[in-house]
Amino acid sequence: MSFNDLLTVWADNPALSGAIWLILLVTALYLARQPAHELFTATGRLAERGLRTAAHALRRGEALLARRNREVLLGMAAESAERDIEREFERVATMVNRDLSGYPALQRELSQIITQIDEDYRSSTQEPPTPPPWTEAVEALARIETRDPTVARVLEDIRGTLEKSSQRALGEYRKESRKRHDLLKRMLPSWRKLSAKLHDVSGQIMGLEARAAKIDSHMERYEKIRAGEDATVRTLSSSSLTQFLIAGLVLVIATFGAIINFHLIALPMSEMVGGNSYIGPMQTADVAALVIIMVEITMGLFLMESLRITRLFPVIGALDDRKRRAMAWAAFTFLFLLAGVESALAYMRDMLAADQQHLIQMLSSAGESAAGGSGEGGPANEAALRMIPAIGQMLLGFILPFVLVFVAVPLESFIHAARTVVGVVAIGFLRTLATFLRVGAAASRAAARVLIQLYDFVIFLPLAIERATRGALPNGRSRGAGE
Amino acid sequence: MMQAAKNALAALTLAGIAAASAGCADANRNTAVYLLLDTSGTYTEEIDRANAIVNYLLGSLDTGDSLAVARIDSASFSEEDIVERTTFDGQPSKANEQKRGFRRTMTAFFDDLESAPYTDIRGGLLQAGEWLEETDAGERHILIFSDLKEELPPGHRRDFELPLKNTDVVALNVAKLRPDQVDPQRYLDRLDSWRQEVAEVGGRFRMINDLSRLEGLLRQ
Repeated sequence: MSFNDLLTVWADNPALSGAIWLILLVTALYLARQPAHELFTATGRLAERGLRTAAHALRRGEALLARRNREVLLGMAAESAERDIEREFERVATMVNRDLSGYPALQRELSQIITQIDEDYRSSTQEPPTPPPWTEAVEALARIETRDPTVARVLEDIRGTLEKSSQRALGEYRKESRKRHDLLKRMLPSWRKLSAKLHDVSGQIMGLEARAAKIDSHMERYEKIRAGEDATVRTLSSSSLTQFLIAGLVLVIATFGAIINFHLIALPMSEMVGGNSYIGPMQTADVAALVIIMVEITMGLFLMESLRITRLFPVIGALDDRKRRAMAWAAFTFLFLLAGVESALAYMRDMLAADQQHLIQMLSSAGESAAGGSGEGGPANEAALRMIPAIGQMLLGFILPFVLVFVAVPLESFIHAARTVVGVVAIGFLRTLATFLRVGAAASRAAARVLIQLYDFVIFLPLAIERATRGALPNGRSRGAGE
Repeated sequence: MMQAAKNALAALTLAGIAAASAGCADANRNTAVYLLLDTSGTYTEEIDRANAIVNYLLGSLDTGDSLAVARIDSASFSEEDIVERTTFDGQPSKANEQKRGFRRTMTAFFDDLESAPYTDIRGGLLQAGEWLEETDAGERHILIFSDLKEELPPGHRRDFELPLKNTDVVALNVAKLRPDQVDPQRYLDRLDSWRQEVAEVGGRFRMINDLSRLEGLLRQ
């Protein structure tokens, strides 16, 4: 039965039949008003509750993720601070071992200098000259009142003897004083030496003080991290994002370096492994070149780990120093050999490129004359010019593996920072999704109301009749079914 | 958490290697080209153009690809009509040496070229189709340097289905003959006939008359 048949089922006139259909439809809708309203309300509530529940679950997930992110951030920051403190202590230990190990010798030296100074000092003390013992006898004689010339002569003799004795004693005293001055002069370098030694000790102590101040600063940071303050977390989060971006940028640059490296060795690799075999969608030669580069990067990672510059592999970091050094040497040796191989491959690449160039020249030149060529090299100066890019490529092939070693540092930062950055992005995503769900919940509730109003709008005529009829009834029985 | 991330990374790497290994049994990625040179009538005067095509092919084909050059003469379904055929070695240096040898053979061929009284195109195409099948190349091209006007010697029959499935047939430098100038519809009908015949057996037919634009020659 087509639409037209349905339309004209009540009368041949489509308008009349349509009107009958409309009346029937409106009547049916009027009769079904109460259950229809309930259906709309229930559906709206169901959708609202479902969306609100989903939004709530997402908010809980977001909170869990935020807590986990906070823990990761604080954990990483605490680990970093511990590393810094450990490194400072190592430096202090090195300083103490280097400087304080010489302290017993220094102390002995200082004791010797001080003893010598002390001895010299004692030797240089001034002893007053002893007065002649017979001066009292002379004084007694001088008090005798006599005019005897004999006594006067005796006293004259005594005076002469006293003057001589006094001059001798003065000479002795001057001699002794000179000796003491000499001793004091000899003390001067010892004093200078002592001063220099003490200055050195002061400098070392100052260095230790500076280290101690740094340790204090790190400890303060560590305590803040342990306390888990919000401001600290915000600072760490911002720092993590910065690290992520910087490390990402450096990794992109390193990737370009690796691509250059790949192109340097891919062509000569086809000379070694052939250009016809494939692994998946890639040529075996390309895979081999990639493997060499990957192995180089891996060796670089091991080298950095062994040198304790990075800490991506705790097993390597936990090795004892002897084994760690052996591992570092092994990684460096492999890296050196691979760099040598790359250098040779780069040279081979240059040779192949020259051969290809010669072939193309031969093909592009006049057929007969060029066809006779058999690939001999060009003139001597051309060969010499060709050596410049060849040497350049060889150097590049040798240097790039060692440059790629340093990828380990940004890689570590990137991996560590990515943990928190991915967490932050996931939190943002969950938050946005939860907001959308809440908006959806509110919208579904509003949509149910709008549908009810639309329903009533379609059946406005019977509703108006109902209201008019109920208004005319006594006792105002006006509570309609849907009101 | 860190350990879990590392484990996931290792698992991804292994999965990548496994996926790569699974793709080992892929179809042959090499290209095979069979060049048919019409040696009848005035086409022997177009050696330079044919030479340019050979040079282009030698410069474009890579290691592992195959190239054959054959002439179209009175009875082209013959091994003797194959001037040179080779599959280039996997090593670029050896492949270059092979290309130089190929070039020398072609020079000698062009030097001693003689005109043929008839044009057996279908015989040449049959020979080409068989050789391309033998190479098992993933990409197959037959280049026909001819006016596509077939003229068979008395008694020769060429009413067979051409083995050109999945083969790209490229007509090069299709010359307009004197009757074509009088009635171009003959020229168009001739091309349509070949296009239809190639399409019926599962091949593709196209035409390149401007030989200065050879860069699209080996485009599938």
